[in-house]
Amino acid sequence: MGQDITLKEKSQRTSILKPVISKITTVFKQEKMFESLKKLGITVLSITLFIGLWHLGSKALYNKEANFTIAKALEDQGQAAADAVQACIASGDSSCQPNTLPSPSQVWTSLLALIDDYYIIKQDKIDDAIENAPLNAEIRQFNIDNAAQIAAGDIEARQEIEYTGRSSFLDIVVTSIKTVFAGFLLALFIAVPIGIIIGLSPSLRNAFNWFIQIFKPVSPVVWYLLVFMIVKTLYIGNSSDNSFVISFISVGLCAMWATLVNTAMGVASVDQDYINVAKVLKLGTFQKIFKVILPSSLPLIFTGLRITLSVAWMVLIAIELLAQSKGLGLFVWEEFNNGANDSNAKILVAMFVIGIIGFLLDRLMLTVQNAVSFNKVEGV
Amino acid sequence: MNAINTKQNLATDNVIFNSSNDVMLDLSELKKVYPTPKGDYIVLENLNLKIMKEEFVTIIGHSGCGKTTMLSMIAGLNPISGGSIAVLGKGIKGPGPDRGVIFQSPSLMPWMTTLENVMLGVNQVFGHVSKKQRQDIAKYYLHKVGMEDSFNKKAKELSQGMQQRVGIARAFAIKPKVLLLDEPFGMLDSLTRGELQDILIEVWNKEKITAVMITHDVDEAIFLADRVVMMTSGPRAKIGDILDINFDRPRTRKSVLDHDDYYTYRKHLIDFLEH
Ligand SMILES: Nc1ncnc2c1ncn2[C@@H]1O[C@H](COP(=O)(O)OP(=O)(O)OP(=O)(O)O)[C@@H](O)[C@H]1O
Ligand SMILES: [Mg+2]
Repeated sequence: MGQDITLKEKSQRTSILKPVISKITTVFKQEKMFESLKKLGITVLSITLFIGLWHLGSKALYNKEANFTIAKALEDQGQAAADAVQACIASGDSSCQPNTLPSPSQVWTSLLALIDDYYIIKQDKIDDAIENAPLNAEIRQFNIDNAAQIAAGDIEARQEIEYTGRSSFLDIVVTSIKTVFAGFLLALFIAVPIGIIIGLSPSLRNAFNWFIQIFKPVSPVVWYLLVFMIVKTLYIGNSSDNSFVISFISVGLCAMWATLVNTAMGVASVDQDYINVAKVLKLGTFQKIFKVILPSSLPLIFTGLRITLSVAWMVLIAIELLAQSKGLGLFVWEEFNNGANDSNAKILVAMFVIGIIGFLLDRLMLTVQNAVSFNKVEGV
Repeated sequence: MNAINTKQNLATDNVIFNSSNDVMLDLSELKKVYPTPKGDYIVLENLNLKIMKEEFVTIIGHSGCGKTTMLSMIAGLNPISGGSIAVLGKGIKGPGPDRGVIFQSPSLMPWMTTLENVMLGVNQVFGHVSKKQRQDIAKYYLHKVGMEDSFNKKAKELSQGMQQRVGIARAFAIKPKVLLLDEPFGMLDSLTRGELQDILIEVWNKEKITAVMITHDVDEAIFLADRVVMMTSGPRAKIGDILDINFDRPRTRKSVLDHDDYYTYRKHLIDFLEH
């Protein structure tokens, strides 16, 4: 009987508690939502502010250059010419627009134009493929018919005709992403193993120190030249395009140092307690590295990899430009030399695309990092 | 000073009564020198201590006298400058799983689960048995320390006390000949500390692994030990005095506190420390 009562009391107590608890959790949830709304609000505000300042700045620059052009016309050719120039500028005619920092709306227009251009080029490619289809079929048939002789080396296989027109902006971006990605992988596969090895041995670390100190600050341009010298020689007798290879190797070599240094530091600074545990348990070298040292240095390795990735994006433009690889770097350079009316706007589009992709890649790395390493990192 | 010397002689005499076959750990004329910029610093010198099989010894002494130094030398993590350390009559060569260590900080691998942490050692020592059996060993000890509900929790998610429980399980699970503990409960609050003392002594009662434990806590030293070893202050620290604790086992905290000799022991230790 007595037990019954206490049970009842208990259930009553919990039933009284329940609404309170749920209220607490909803308040908590609301607070959380409020937090994220506030964050979002601040972000939107700062973006608006940025675009506003940019707009004002570009307008001021525009006016300065317009006034200068008009004043110059007045001085050189008289009032009539100055009026003509002023009218031309006001009409928005592309032949006489000041060539300065484009406004946000111009950049937006360019982005839309680049997207339109993408569809035009896509159609071009399809047309091209249809036009070349009979010929390509013939070539394929020829290669099949003569397969035996081709294999024997008596006749050369014929190449199918490919699209050789302009690349769209998307193609360009994809090329750049591929370059950065390949460079990043190269850096990963060079820097992490070497970092581990020199991290494990203080004497190797000392021996390698000069090497790292000398090569770390080398500029992307010099890396490009070094890689160019080597790859060019290796590619002698090979007519295929090596610009992609040169640019990704240069990007990788230029960006790998952060990973190398961080990996070595992470491995060298593993908590002595963990090392002692490994010693007491007499773990073998392999186990010691893979069960203790690597997991404990993962946070630093990832910090290094994230820096590497961002450096890779940063040096990409310069290197692609030099290597004439059909990525964003070359795009920016060509637009700059092109000097068309919307060139500056297109350059800024490229800048934003690079920034945004870089940001997304960093988030991706952060996600991977938090998934595999034991301490969570907040992205900044 | 004189008093201490006679006491030490007494202690050494004490040891002679035991047959040498029962000696698990033998430190003889142990010396440790740390080179410092201001010349060599002799931490330990002429340190002699014999510890029997199935014995639980606690070590007290002033901070900085060289307790950790001595223990890490026994563990093989710190090179010996002079004299010798032998386990079952054989000089030690570096660290090894025959001497388990429970460190002051639990030093679990934070990226592993509790079970993986214990398995790390078990795999190493019981490589010859099946995986299932190894897991059973690990789980058995985790059960013993009350962590049966947290096999798959990551170590970093546990409280300090919980982590140290896993540390205890990890040390016992590899079935060492000697268990070395360096202030394992020093970082815990007194309530958790009591809990862990109980757990430690409970597991130890079953396994009777020779144990050497450093502590700053006089009550802890008496509660756990068969003998309390007092070290003199450094430099050139050595064994100053040894106190036999003649309480029956298994002990409970209450029976120990109620025992008439308890306060005599306590006074002895405190007198030594305040000397
Ligand atoms: N690697 C080292 N190099 C030089 N001196 C050291 C080194 N390690 C310890 N010492 C010195 O040796 C002495 C003994 O240190 P130890 O850590 O063994 O003392 P302890 O008795 O464990 O002290 P505590 O009770 O505070 O833990 C101290 O004076 C310390 O400063
Ligand atoms: Mg110590």
